[in-house]
Amino acid sequence: MLTSHRSGSHQDIRQFLESVIREDSKQGLFKVHRGVFTDREILRLEQELIFQHSWLYLGHNSEVARPNDFITRKVAGHPLLLTRDRDGKLHAYFNTCSHRGAMVCREPKGQRRAFYCSYHGWAYNDLGHLIDMPGRDSMAPGLIENGEMNLKEVPRLAEHHGFIFVCFDPEIPSLETYLAEAGDVLKLMSEHGPNGMEIVGGTHEYGLGANWKLIQENSADAYHTSTTHASYLEYVNARDGARPKVDPAVSAGWARDLGNGHAIIESEGAMPWGRPSARWVAGWGEAARAEIDEIREELIQRLGEKRGRFIALGDRNTLIFPNLVVNDTLAITVRTFYPADVDRVDVTGWALAPVGESASSRDRRMRNFVEFFGPAGFATPDDVEMLELCQEGYRNQTAYEWNDISRGMLKEVPAKSDELQMRVFWRQWQNMMLRNQED
Amino acid sequence: MEPLLAQAHQFLLRESHLLDTWQLLEWAELFTADGEYLIPATDLPDGKAEETLHLIYDDRHRLQERAKRLLKRTAHVEYPRSRTLHTFTNVDARRGDDGIVMECAFVVYRSRRDQLDLFPGRSTYDIRLDGDAWRIRRKRSVLILETLRPQNKLSIII
Repeated sequence: MLTSHRSGSHQDIRQFLESVIREDSKQGLFKVHRGVFTDREILRLEQELIFQHSWLYLGHNSEVARPNDFITRKVAGHPLLLTRDRDGKLHAYFNTCSHRGAMVCREPKGQRRAFYCSYHGWAYNDLGHLIDMPGRDSMAPGLIENGEMNLKEVPRLAEHHGFIFVCFDPEIPSLETYLAEAGDVLKLMSEHGPNGMEIVGGTHEYGLGANWKLIQENSADAYHTSTTHASYLEYVNARDGARPKVDPAVSAGWARDLGNGHAIIESEGAMPWGRPSARWVAGWGEAARAEIDEIREELIQRLGEKRGRFIALGDRNTLIFPNLVVNDTLAITVRTFYPADVDRVDVTGWALAPVGESASSRDRRMRNFVEFFGPAGFATPDDVEMLELCQEGYRNQTAYEWNDISRGMLKEVPAKSDELQMRVFWRQWQNMMLRNQED
Repeated sequence: MEPLLAQAHQFLLRESHLLDTWQLLEWAELFTADGEYLIPATDLPDGKAEETLHLIYDDRHRLQERAKRLLKRTAHVEYPRSRTLHTFTNVDARRGDDGIVMECAFVVYRSRRDQLDLFPGRSTYDIRLDGDAWRIRRKRSVLILETLRPQNKLSIII
């Protein structure tokens, strides 16, 4: 049995981390120790070594489209304030007053030129400058003017085709470098509509009683579709007479390593559901057919036969290390998830849609999204259940220590239902947990 | 109690009973042939279903399929089934142009494994009269919840 690190010494945890993955490419075997889902020391290290040194998704350009638009959001435990200044430049501030620390903005979103701390009334402008306070005369000259008490900006902020990321580490490579081939996937997402993309109003904010890494695994796991989501597939079948053209558990599509811990599973035309942009299903009715054809034609006209068809008819689940999922299947969902504890995670899901799409297309998209996704969809609640069952099962890790992630190890091109995408995540996870510790 | 309000109470009692006893197909039968069941996202309670992301956007077929699904063993999240208690209060009903508009506040209790979930909210029903019988043309339930983080998900019908 793998020795745990109950004494908590640096040496013990290092030994544990070095041995949590068992990989044997000859035998085609890949195992992950279940302690990574239950150990609080591991969680503490993840927060320190992974989340503080990765580019993390903060929001979408469309959510702060106009000057002085703002959103507030928690990223890796940090309450942040994202705003676009008077000149259109984006700023991500730590949402805390330089005086005594209270958050300077409490609303989830809005439009404002200045942020007031409601504790003592200190005021900051869109550039983060401390501009006023009650009883300013009592402060010695220079204390305010030297800028030391301005709002602090998150060290890194960058945008990639509308997706805005932040990073707390000033040293790591640029967002473009970090995203590696996942950058092109985000570009592909931005190309669904001719007028750009937007986050639709309405957010799915839910949770589950499991370790955060289980969602990363589950979000691109075609293998579980026909069992976990059997009842969803029966619904689509009842409505559309549609079935997966191949058993998703066996052979559909392919998986790709996108570099730096990112991965994707993809297929074209194999899945049974409809795609608002643009794969018609019978359940949408004949009237919708012409519009779906038009949407597909527009994609092909604008992007060329290959890329246009691939957007229209393909399905793709993308994992961006460590905790961004962009799934483009029944609709496009952008999803993040942060650990609240070793067995608790906060999940947030948004819908990304083409700007200016017709009312009928937007309606189809809204219906389609919740047909599967979200805390009251026909599928996500069963995922929540499965991950909670896993977490509960890990209480038995003294009897059974290892998760198996070996599917497709010996294949040249693993299928969508194989587990290459998870192995990519785990290798990067282990690298970061070991490498950053040395620094 | 005036007759319309008494009828509204009777109707809500019957719905609560069907849901708590898992007679979900019978619950679906309460709806008209073009019935809808809607729950907006917790952060946008005033959003329109056709324009904004909802938690539930069911047409008549889908709400029936939702009922069917929840009765299957493969609806894993509700197998074994949770125990629920649907309660309602603050009932109001008035005659509208095409039928009756009924409103109520509700709290649904759901117990499963070691967890008790509360789902408080307000529902608005557009009721059509089918002879003497009341049928739901549209049920829209707004959760009085900032988020679904404590409950994790909304797997039951509320």
